[in-house]
Amino acid sequence: MVTAAEILSVAAFGEGRHAQAFPSFGSERTGAPVVSFCRIDDFEIRTREPVMEPDAVIVQDVTLIHQVDLFSGLSKDGYVLVNTSRDFDELGFGDFFSEFRPERLVTCPATELALELLGRPLPNAALLGGFAALTGQITMTAIDKAVRDRFAGPVGERNAAAAAAAFSFVTSKEEELARASSD
Amino acid sequence: MLRQIEGSRAVAETVALCRPEVVCAYPISPQTHIIEAVGAMVKAGDLTPCEFINVESEFAAMSVAIGASATGARAYTATASQGLLFMMEAVYNAAGLGLPIVMTLANRAIGAPINIWNDHSDAMAVRDSGWIQLFAETNQEAADLHVQAFRLAEELSVPVMVCMDGFILTHAVEGVDILDQSFVDSFLPPYEPRQVLDTSDPVSIGAMVGPEAFEEVRYLAHLRQLDALERIPLIAKEFAEATGRESGGLVRSYRTDDADIIIVALGSVLGTIKDAVDIRREAGERVGVVGITSFRPFPGRAVHEALSHARQVVIVEKAFSLGSGGVLSTDVAMAMQGTPLTLRTVIAGLGGRSITRRSLEKLIEAAGRDELEGLTFLDLDNGAVERERARMSATRRSGPSAENLLRDRGTVSSVKAKEEV
Repeated sequence: MVTAAEILSVAAFGEGRHAQAFPSFGSERTGAPVVSFCRIDDFEIRTREPVMEPDAVIVQDVTLIHQVDLFSGLSKDGYVLVNTSRDFDELGFGDFFSEFRPERLVTCPATELALELLGRPLPNAALLGGFAALTGQITMTAIDKAVRDRFAGPVGERNAAAAAAAFSFVTSKEEELARASSD
Repeated sequence: MLRQIEGSRAVAETVALCRPEVVCAYPISPQTHIIEAVGAMVKAGDLTPCEFINVESEFAAMSVAIGASATGARAYTATASQGLLFMMEAVYNAAGLGLPIVMTLANRAIGAPINIWNDHSDAMAVRDSGWIQLFAETNQEAADLHVQAFRLAEELSVPVMVCMDGFILTHAVEGVDILDQSFVDSFLPPYEPRQVLDTSDPVSIGAMVGPEAFEEVRYLAHLRQLDALERIPLIAKEFAEATGRESGGLVRSYRTDDADIIIVALGSVLGTIKDAVDIRREAGERVGVVGITSFRPFPGRAVHEALSHARQVVIVEKAFSLGSGGVLSTDVAMAMQGTPLTLRTVIAGLGGRSITRRSLEKLIEAAGRDELEGLTFLDLDNGAVERERARMSATRRSGPSAENLLRDRGTVSSVKAKEEV
C-alpha cells in the first residue's frame, strides 16, 4: 500500500502536478494494517496532517472492513475502490453506501489480476490502474510510466500489464453501469 | 534535478554529495532508510572514498564518528529517539572536543511507553550539549541543510545536527531538487581540520581540564555558538543566491507584517500551520507564523525582531519539560524580556498525534478571543485522563496507566462506526 501511494504520487508528479505520499507513520511493517496517503494538487502541498477527508479510498485488503473504520471522513461524493472479486452486497455493505454515487463505487479483483499476470498476489499496480479508470484523476499513461519506473525489466512489464487489465476491467464496469442507468 | 522521492532518500543522496569519508550508524526507526541508502551507495562504489561502518550500538556510532573526525575525516551519522539517548555521553564529547560531525536526527518520541512516532523530545534532550541544531520544514530543506551543516560545522569546528521530523518527513515522498555534485563541491571545500590526530605532529585531544580552565573552555564553545549565529544566515544567503532556494537561516516569517497573533514552531508542522493561518486570514484574523530553523544556537535577537510587533505569541511545541512547560517557550520568553507581549504555550503532536489544520484553526480562533491559557495541550482527551485518575484514586493496584489508556480506547470497524452514527 505504501508503494501504491508512492507510485501514484510519482505518476502525478510525472504529469507536472504537486504530489505527496506518506504511510500511516510507523506501521508499515508486513502483516500489520497499513494506511497510506497520497495528495495531488496543482499547488505546493504544505500540510503534513494525515488525509482526514479523503476524496477517494482504495481498500487493498477487504478483510479490514470489519476491523477498521475505513471510510471515515469520506464524503458522499467520494470514490471507493475495493480489491475483491465480490460486490458490495456480498461484502455485507448492503445499504452502507446507499447515499453514495454508484458510478463512484467499484470492486475490482486486483489480487486475482496480479496472480494471473504477475504470478504473485501483489495488487498495487492493478489497483492504480483501477483508480485511474474510476476517478480520471490520473491518466493511465502516467500510471504505466510510474509503474515501469518503479519496477525494472520484466517485473515492470508484468505490473504494467496488471495495471492495464484493471483499467479495462473498471472501465467496462463503469460503461456497463452507465448503460444500465440510461436504460 | 527535481525528483519525486522519499525524504530519507533525498537526505542520503545529499549526504553522499557532501563526500563523507566515514559513515557509521546503527539502525533505528525512523532513521533507517537514510542509513540503508547511504550504505548501499558505499557498497555500490557510488560514494568513494568512504568507509561505512556498521557499529554495534549508537554509543559506538558516535564514538566512531568522534575517532574518525579527530583523525581528519569528514564523519556522518544518523539516529533518533532512544538511539540518541544511548549515545548521549558521546554526543556531549563530540561537542566538547569541537569535532565537526554532522548527524541527522529523525525526530521521534522517547519512551516509556515505547513509541516510534514523531515528536521533538529527542532533540530537546540534547539541546544543552553544544551541538548546533537546525530544524527542517520540508524534505527540500532537510536535504539542503545537510550541505550547509557540513560547511558550518567545519568552518567553526562544532558538530551540527539536522533535525527532520521522523516519518512525517523521512517517509514522505514529495518533490525534492537534489543538488549537483559540482555545486556541492564548490560550496563545501575539503575538510581542513583545526585539530587532528597526526603521528608526525602529535597532540592530545580530550585531556582532563580542571577548574583552572574548564569555564574558559565552555565559554569559548559558547562564543563559537554565537559565531554560528553570524555564519548561519550568511551561509543560507550564499546558498540561496546559488540555488534560488530559501533553505536554512535563523528564523523565517510568514504573513507577520501586520500580525496581532504570531504562531512560533519548529519543523514540518509549519506547513500545516501556514495553511491554517491562510484560512484564518480569509476570516479577517491578523495572524502570522515564525518558523525557527536554528534552535541551537538560539537566535534571540532575530526572534525578538520577528515577534516584537505582535500582541500575542503562541508557541506550538512537539515536546515539553514535565513539571514545567514548554522548552522552546522558555527561549522565546528570554528573547522577549521587557516586552508587553502575551506568550502562550501549546503542546501538540506528542508521540505522533496528528496536528490537524482544523485543530490549529480552532487554536488561532481561541487565541483571537484571548481564551488560551498559559499552557495548553492540543486535542488532549480529558475524559480518558479523568477516567484513569479515577481508577488510580479508586484502587491502589490500578496498574500501568499506559495500558489502561489503551484499553480505554478500543478499536472501531467500518460497519460499527456507521451503526454508531
